[in-house]
Amino acid sequence: MQATSTRFKQNAREALDDPQLQQALTKMKAGFVERRARARADLPEFDALRDQARDIKNHTIEHLDLYLERFEANVTANGGHVHWARNAAEARERIQEICRSVGARTVTKGKSMISEEIALNDALEEDGLEVVETDLGEYIIQLRREAPSHIIAPAIHVLKEQVADDFRLHHVQFDKARPLNEPRELISEARQVLRRKYLESDVGITGANFLIAETGTSVIVTNEGNGDLTQTLPKIHVVIASLEKVVPTLDDAAAILRVLARSATGQEFTAYTTFSTGPRREGDPDGPEAYHVILLDNGRSAMLGTEFQDMLRCIRCGACMNHCPVYGAVGGHAYGWVYPGPMGAVLTPSFIGVDQGGQLPNASTFCGRCESVCPMHIPLPKMMRHYRAREYEQGLAPPATRFGLDIWGFVATKPRLYRLATRLAVGLLGRLGRARGRLAKLPLADGWTRHRDLPAPEGRTFQDRWDAMGGAR
Amino acid sequence: MSGARDQIMGQVRRALGRAEGTDDARARDAVDARLKEPPRGLIPARVRGREAEELGRLFMEKALAANCTCATVDSLEAVPDAIAEYLASENLPATVRTGDHPDLAAIPFDRRPVLTVSRGPSDGGDAVSLSTAFVGAAETGTLALVSGPGTPTTLNFLPETEIVLLRRSRIVGPYEDIWTHLRARNAEAGSMPRAVNLITGPSRTGDIEQKIELGAHGPLRLHILILDDL
Repeated sequence: MQATSTRFKQNAREALDDPQLQQALTKMKAGFVERRARARADLPEFDALRDQARDIKNHTIEHLDLYLERFEANVTANGGHVHWARNAAEARERIQEICRSVGARTVTKGKSMISEEIALNDALEEDGLEVVETDLGEYIIQLRREAPSHIIAPAIHVLKEQVADDFRLHHVQFDKARPLNEPRELISEARQVLRRKYLESDVGITGANFLIAETGTSVIVTNEGNGDLTQTLPKIHVVIASLEKVVPTLDDAAAILRVLARSATGQEFTAYTTFSTGPRREGDPDGPEAYHVILLDNGRSAMLGTEFQDMLRCIRCGACMNHCPVYGAVGGHAYGWVYPGPMGAVLTPSFIGVDQGGQLPNASTFCGRCESVCPMHIPLPKMMRHYRAREYEQGLAPPATRFGLDIWGFVATKPRLYRLATRLAVGLLGRLGRARGRLAKLPLADGWTRHRDLPAPEGRTFQDRWDAMGGAR
Repeated sequence: MSGARDQIMGQVRRALGRAEGTDDARARDAVDARLKEPPRGLIPARVRGREAEELGRLFMEKALAANCTCATVDSLEAVPDAIAEYLASENLPATVRTGDHPDLAAIPFDRRPVLTVSRGPSDGGDAVSLSTAFVGAAETGTLALVSGPGTPTTLNFLPETEIVLLRRSRIVGPYEDIWTHLRARNAEAGSMPRAVNLITGPSRTGDIEQKIELGAHGPLRLHILILDDL
């Protein structure tokens, strides 16, 4: 998809002015946050399990080449095929080749963020294939020709009345007067429409939540069962996964699964967790006849050995965006590419460049909630700071920002000047705001005061108060 | 294509400080050891060191919380009646699609002629299926089903109602104990089954305004028959 991340500010402004989006975001916030908190409270070992999950991924990433070798060998030993792709174009070509080789006409898909990352649907449609998303949320946004706005709830920005309108427009085979007011009615209709697609499909494409080196297995985690129908019914199953999805063993996958659903939807476990290993065996009455895994790099190996390596631990649960005040205010589309929220603020500049995604790390209040809820302890705010530094170093930050930072940098490196300047500023602001305790207007800060008041300082600087308390240095 | 593999692997190795020709014996040993004898992680206290009876109780409690229904039978002979009763209580047709796994084949359906039973995978036209679980994990009320000649995977996803037979002797505590049974099975069979389905309750979605609805694409109902074989 064409990234619009450079327009973040404008996107965000439009999102704030969109009443339907704001209504949808209000519904979202309570759900995810409360359910995760409950799931965490129900498992006393939750925090210890997070530490363990982090350690498993760190070990795997430090031995990534060796585990990938073993994964590949075990896929092959079970009759499957592994294809390596350096970038999005290579991944699309491999999948197009597989579809052409069987004369495919219809492709069904389970939800996959990698597929969004490589813009797979457009490429397959150019080849004349009918491409059908089967995850209900993905199906809704496919009808609307939109991008997902959340990594686990792609249509979270859409209200049910809008879904009903889309279904009436596209499902012309049904009675126009049918009731579509309740989620139940919408879901039954989608089930009926998609059921036929599963049965007609030639190739089923899914992502993977894990790849298991020990057994050559790909794992998908779903609630609807759509991924399972996608990969069980067609003749060919294609898995598309990035390098860092590999874990060593079944036990390691189980250990991480314990924190995945709890962090994502607040469930203890999702309805379906499916482990697929190769094509159907002799005597099997169903299942695909061929099993392919596309292993995608697309920027991952370049993150290894850098200050962004920890990001490769990400298991795409979405907890960071569910708890992010910025995401909660503007939704996922404002971020302008595939991955929204705090994880997107790190992944977008990593995958498509600081010039394209460098604005996103600025979309943070640095409140730190993302890191505090991340099941893999990824230091997201620290990484966003790294990208802010890069944006500045590469001269991409706007002139006013650079000017401000230069002045601050000059003052902050001269302790006497800094003390004097802060004492003056804090004293003045303290006096101005004494009456109400906050300031409604302030020169040079209207970007802040236009939407909210600035809490007034109490009149003395931290350093002065520290000294007065006899604080040690 | 091999060019892509070599280039990706080369870049990964360089980034990890394992350039071509360097001695990476220690790293290889660490990987071999982990794969040969997978270390067991932290097991939640709710399933650590529990007796079979406690695990059975916890399994049922968790399965019910995941929107399953459960019933107990004391022999395979009692299964046809239990199924007929369940289907009648739910107002469902007395027709069952099942596989020919030994446990499923041993159920004397002829004693309950009102049930119409057919065998094989589903083509989407079946209202009710009967499968048999490989094991059940009490930790979250999760069923593990494996694909094979007598256990078609389509039975787990296409029918609107799925009934699963689970032997009480096969209820384990944590997920790790599923792997213990699976590795033993794989050693005998020579490889992993094509599919291992961990199933926790019927199909659901929250994709429309986060309201959880059952029966999205897979079964709307999941009924577990626990066979008391202990």
